[in-house]
Amino acid sequence: MKIRYQPIVPFDQEGFNRLKDEQHGLHPDDQYLKPGRIPHIWCPGCGLGVVLNTYINALKMTGIPIDRSVVVSGIGCTGRVAGYLNMDTYHTTHGRAIPFATGLSLTRPDLSVTVFSGDGDLFAIGGNHFIHAARRNVNLKVICVNNFNYGMTGGQVAPTTPVSARTTTTPYGNSEASFNLPYLAHASGAVYVARWTTFHARQLVNAIAETFSIDGFTFIEVIAPCPVGYGRPNKIGSGLDEMIYYKENSIVQNGADPRNVDIALKGKIVVGKFSEEKRPTFLGEYEEKILKKFRRTET
Amino acid sequence: MSDSGILTGEYFINGDEACAEGAIAAGCRFFAGYPITPATEIAERMARRLPQVQGICIQMEDEIASMAAILGASWGGTKSMTATSGPGFSLMMENIGLGMMTETPCVIVNIMRGGPSTGLPTLVGQADVMQARWGSHGDYEVIALSPSSPQEMFNLTIEAFNLSEIYRLPVLILGDELVGHMSEKVIIPPSDQIHQVSRVRPSQSPDGYLPFMAGDNLVPPMACAGEGYHVHVTGLTHDEQGYPQTTAQVHERLVRRLADKIRHNTSKIIQVEEFETANSEVMVVAYGCTSRTAREAVQILRSEGKKVGLLRLITLWPFPEERIRQVAQGIKAFIVPEINYGQIAYEVERCSQGRAETVLLPLMGGAIHTPENIMEAVKEYLP
Amino acid sequence: MKFWRLPLDAGSHSIPIGELHIIKDRCKGCGFCIEFCPNQVLKEAPEFNKKGYHPPLVTKQGECVNCNLCEIICPEFAIYSVLKEYKELTAEDIAGYSKK
Repeated sequence: MKIRYQPIVPFDQEGFNRLKDEQHGLHPDDQYLKPGRIPHIWCPGCGLGVVLNTYINALKMTGIPIDRSVVVSGIGCTGRVAGYLNMDTYHTTHGRAIPFATGLSLTRPDLSVTVFSGDGDLFAIGGNHFIHAARRNVNLKVICVNNFNYGMTGGQVAPTTPVSARTTTTPYGNSEASFNLPYLAHASGAVYVARWTTFHARQLVNAIAETFSIDGFTFIEVIAPCPVGYGRPNKIGSGLDEMIYYKENSIVQNGADPRNVDIALKGKIVVGKFSEEKRPTFLGEYEEKILKKFRRTET
Repeated sequence: MSDSGILTGEYFINGDEACAEGAIAAGCRFFAGYPITPATEIAERMARRLPQVQGICIQMEDEIASMAAILGASWGGTKSMTATSGPGFSLMMENIGLGMMTETPCVIVNIMRGGPSTGLPTLVGQADVMQARWGSHGDYEVIALSPSSPQEMFNLTIEAFNLSEIYRLPVLILGDELVGHMSEKVIIPPSDQIHQVSRVRPSQSPDGYLPFMAGDNLVPPMACAGEGYHVHVTGLTHDEQGYPQTTAQVHERLVRRLADKIRHNTSKIIQVEEFETANSEVMVVAYGCTSRTAREAVQILRSEGKKVGLLRLITLWPFPEERIRQVAQGIKAFIVPEINYGQIAYEVERCSQGRAETVLLPLMGGAIHTPENIMEAVKEYLP
Repeated sequence: MKFWRLPLDAGSHSIPIGELHIIKDRCKGCGFCIEFCPNQVLKEAPEFNKKGYHPPLVTKQGECVNCNLCEIICPEFAIYSVLKEYKELTAEDIAGYSKK
């Protein structure tokens, strides 16, 4: 058959340069952000910018160079985190950030691989990958931003939505039980489990920085406001109202038993570092028990 | 075993094992898979062999994860592969699409069995040919190779890796249960006779680097993780900078380039074996295990003086349209035996443009054609 | 916590003073910095930025203690503080702090 093509519009290099020149470098942390990518797509009052910010501050605190760190994300609002960081970043398919990151981490043990994704991505569609990577103890730093709903698609019920909460697919209130993420992570074998809210920005910086030096599968749950998808339908209010709610209703309880940190609608939120343990990593064992056997000694 | 880890020599092994050896010879150092009949032997062989060459073999939780993991490993700079069969291939479709969109070199082996669904786990099929072409959503071009012997499983696996590195895309090997499980002599050459290609790396500094800006060959050089290029890789429609740009203009430019990098090079990619094709009046078109029966049929018919030939498709995708079109001009009919209810036959019929008749010899799966099946069909046209 | 007098070792302590920089047009008006500033040095500006939000405004120049909380809690990378100087700790500071 004959083909009659539409004309191709070439890449706008000048427009990109202009964006970069005008918008980049206004803030000292811009060096950690991809040129020309700010403003990000997140709504006013969304907690994701805070989490991105704290991750950058954790990098600054630990001094890990951006050439040595990699971020892998899934799909959803949190999935967009990867695209803003000025490093090698991978925005994969829905729920598959962890297996993608597994391949990357196993072949590049010299890099610090962080997985950023949302509660729906990591625990609904990607739930199976999460528990298996935790079981294997793959060296991944997992940061799950939990806003209790599917934000990008317009506020649907998630595996973390508390019972009775309203979302666009639970218009009469959610009748399903929700996951207690720290308990799930701990039971699956994560070697470090913590929860903070975006209000606890300082503690969050410290926690992320702490996980960078831990060899193995670490898990931080970050409770974050989603004023559009969760705050408004549940009459909590704006992003700021949600932050004030965290301030007033969080209980810091380091070492709390992960079994007891469920979150109910308008209930208290237990935050803190819940557990840390040492366990051989997948690659450590593979190296020690398998690869070593076949390594020829250099002479 | 030589220093390179290649098992140079003559072996009596099955197609699956030959495939694993081909991967190692091609430089594959990461395998992620999930057990499935009749492809399990590939994973088993890789589990044994990869550590010997300091590679990593991991059994993932499912085929979705296997496919995702090999993409991650490829961005880590390691040649990677997975192997599966129909049900697993279905699960891989999502991340095959990601591999196409992000231009990630890797190899996916599908040892086809009878479907749909669980179908015939232990018996042969060839019904995933169209799924291989169109299985993931959206527009893209694939490269799919069809080996017909254990030796070819070895050779084409190397070829698949090289093509994936040259054109930066996941390349498919569509084997079938029969070829996967059949044992024959496989000759593994010395390492210096094995042609290995690696992806082109960026030659410029990270400053001002555009990770998805391609030159005339439409294939951008690839900067892997940790090389300082700060590449954003996304399954979203993205511009040359790698940034998401969900506009019609950028989509037009990107998707057309992804397809055209294959369409413009079909003459370099496509391989068809011609057997007794000179002055043929009827042409059998076959691939995989079916081509072995077809060859037998053609040999017998030729000895009887019948003007019949065989086009054995080594490359299924991109489809050898040009060759079929040429052949159609001078013959009465194409005979297409395949172990499905008509997949490649549709392509043959499309390309023959009504000049020659297309006769499908379908088998639903679980058995192969006999030479007699094919000979009878030919004799309708050459009595 | 309250202090009833200037600590005896006041001389060995000082108060960092920060200078706030606001990139007005990046602000989306979430109000986090204004609400959570421990010294309440910010308020909503009466004017709109390019996007149509009210960015923060520094109301109490010189009272920012460069704690950086606004910087790390800002989702838009629109505010940061830099250390300007150290101020000696005085009895007024203690009295002012105790009032809060």
